[in-house]
Amino acid sequence: MDAIRKLESRTVVLPATDIDTDQIIPARFLTTTSREGLGGNLFYDWRFDADGNENPDFVLNQAESAGCTVLVAGRNFGCGSSREHAPWALLDYGLRAVISTEIADIFRSNSLKNGFLPIVVDEATHAWLLDNPGVRVSVDVEKSTVTLPGGASVSFPIDDFARYCLLEGIDQLGFLQKHEDAIQKFEEERPWKP
Amino acid sequence: MSSSTAKTLFEKVWSDHLVQDETPETPAVLYIDLHLIHEVTTPQAFTLLRQKNLAVRRPDLTLGTMDHSTPTTPVHSFKDLAVVGESAAKQVVAMQDNCAEFGLELLGFESDQRGIVHVIGPELGATQPGKTIVCGDSHTSTHGAFGALAFGIGTTEVGHVLATQCLLQRKPKTLSINVSGGLQPGVTAKDVILAIIGQIGVDGGTGHCIEYRGAAIESMDMEARMTVCNMSIEAGARAGMIAPDEITLAYLEGKPRVPQGSAWSVAAERWLSLRSDQGASYDKTVDIDGSKLQPMVTFGTNPGMVISVADPVPDADGNASFQKALDYMQVVPGKPLSESPVDVVFVGSCTNSRISDLQQAADILRGRKVADGVRMLVVPGSQQIKKEAEALGLDKIFSASGAEWRESGCSMCLGMNGDTVPKGQLSVSTSNRNFEGRQGIGARTVLASPMTAAASAIEGRVADPRPYLRD
Ligand code: SF4
Repeated sequence: MDAIRKLESRTVVLPATDIDTDQIIPARFLTTTSREGLGGNLFYDWRFDADGNENPDFVLNQAESAGCTVLVAGRNFGCGSSREHAPWALLDYGLRAVISTEIADIFRSNSLKNGFLPIVVDEATHAWLLDNPGVRVSVDVEKSTVTLPGGASVSFPIDDFARYCLLEGIDQLGFLQKHEDAIQKFEEERPWKP
Repeated sequence: MSSSTAKTLFEKVWSDHLVQDETPETPAVLYIDLHLIHEVTTPQAFTLLRQKNLAVRRPDLTLGTMDHSTPTTPVHSFKDLAVVGESAAKQVVAMQDNCAEFGLELLGFESDQRGIVHVIGPELGATQPGKTIVCGDSHTSTHGAFGALAFGIGTTEVGHVLATQCLLQRKPKTLSINVSGGLQPGVTAKDVILAIIGQIGVDGGTGHCIEYRGAAIESMDMEARMTVCNMSIEAGARAGMIAPDEITLAYLEGKPRVPQGSAWSVAAERWLSLRSDQGASYDKTVDIDGSKLQPMVTFGTNPGMVISVADPVPDADGNASFQKALDYMQVVPGKPLSESPVDVVFVGSCTNSRISDLQQAADILRGRKVADGVRMLVVPGSQQIKKEAEALGLDKIFSASGAEWRESGCSMCLGMNGDTVPKGQLSVSTSNRNFEGRQGIGARTVLASPMTAAASAIEGRVADPRPYLRD
């Protein structure tokens, strides 16, 4: 995972609530055995019509969305399945963060392991972002803040360990492996064995 | 016991598995007792192991099957996989190769024990009370019905468990959902969980582990309890649990992978001690009167958009996401769903594909016909359930009524294996997700119980099962 400290981008807004992982990447694209190249299938059934033509009404297909890395989405983004293909597809497409008032548990955990930022802000900030698509925001991972145009900053909650891993680009498997002795001890000493 | 030392079921299982407790700076290291794996969410994890030159730490605690992208028509050789398409076939072959290379047990095609991963775990007795169970699949919550702490993980975490048998986790909060009273005839576990999600919302359980309690839960058999815990994730919770009791023990006793002989009694005693202590406290509590519940159906594009089968579809009241869902579903506020003609009925999935589910659907279909123009697909959750159903003659009832009887698998629950609902068609499905396109591009899904699904097949529209109940 690449380290991520700061992001600056205009926002793309998807106001729908409860955007589930089947929308982020439909199941029929999960037959891959690799984690690369999923960006082309991101939001596939919203981006394309039945014949594979771009849907001009979908925000990601509009010129002003080009190059944006921050998504603003309705409440409960990423609900549904545990497919890590969802953050893989978002990242491969070029997005780096989502801002919402609530982000589903497994999606959030998967995102953090891949350097995709799940950012939860208060209702008022969120409502303002939904109403003002395309504004330039900057995200500071170290300070855990989103800065809005005009300079006002709001902070977002992030687990200390997850933040440390993001800032350093740390692979959590390596961290787990350092516990090998404790794991072995646990296995030997536990009163019952699975 | 004083309330400060009283522990919940969740807290007991959680603390039993701490290799290292969490601190403000670092998450807990949680030991995993059973790691279930399937073909869709594992290939990238095995690639990682290969890149890092790592072995699977505990092959004996890892169990694989193939379910998501496998065909439900009979498979005799890998050539038959062509029916599901080239990349799905490649993924299934990769699963076989990965399990062989890393020395993992795989209940593959040739196994008469294969099936949906959340169906076979309990069926084999690999799922046991007090265990921590994970799988790269959000419906791992199903196993919580046994008093296990069971939750879905992503593929990176699959790699972590394969390599270390542990996960880095923050302790979730606890949510007690207390369902009192007895259920009316025609109201099932599926209706209970749909009603719960309707009440607390699709994010009502986010950040929490649910414990289902109360008379309505305690009187359920294990298959019904699995249906309830299965859809915890649809309420936003990664895990849902039910305290082990005599019903749990009766289900597990004699299953192939549970402790046998004197070890059984020791395990059974430990399992019964897991129930939440008197006075244990939860971060949040929800009460539901089970005796008031009706057969439930969803009308929108998430499982929280739920009404009782006779009720009218609610108005969007200016809510754009809600309106978008109504438009997608082509349903009209103020009218009940019984006005919606049904094209497809699907009985299956890890929510409702066990023998009692099939029996409930068959009881309603016996001697009756699936309406003209309706395609009904019945997909047992495992090959063992298929065999059991055939021994009971259920396959004959389904076939005689005009339904298709298949091999086991996830099938039309997510449409990865070629079993899909055509664009625009309305499907009444016993699965767990009514998301846009879940059952096929443009498919419209109504979630319901097996009884409601069967009644809807007969009437060719969304139907109340109660007129079809037999004494
Ligand atoms: S039946 Fe459906 S929900 Fe269950 S594991 Fe298979 S795809 Fe997932």
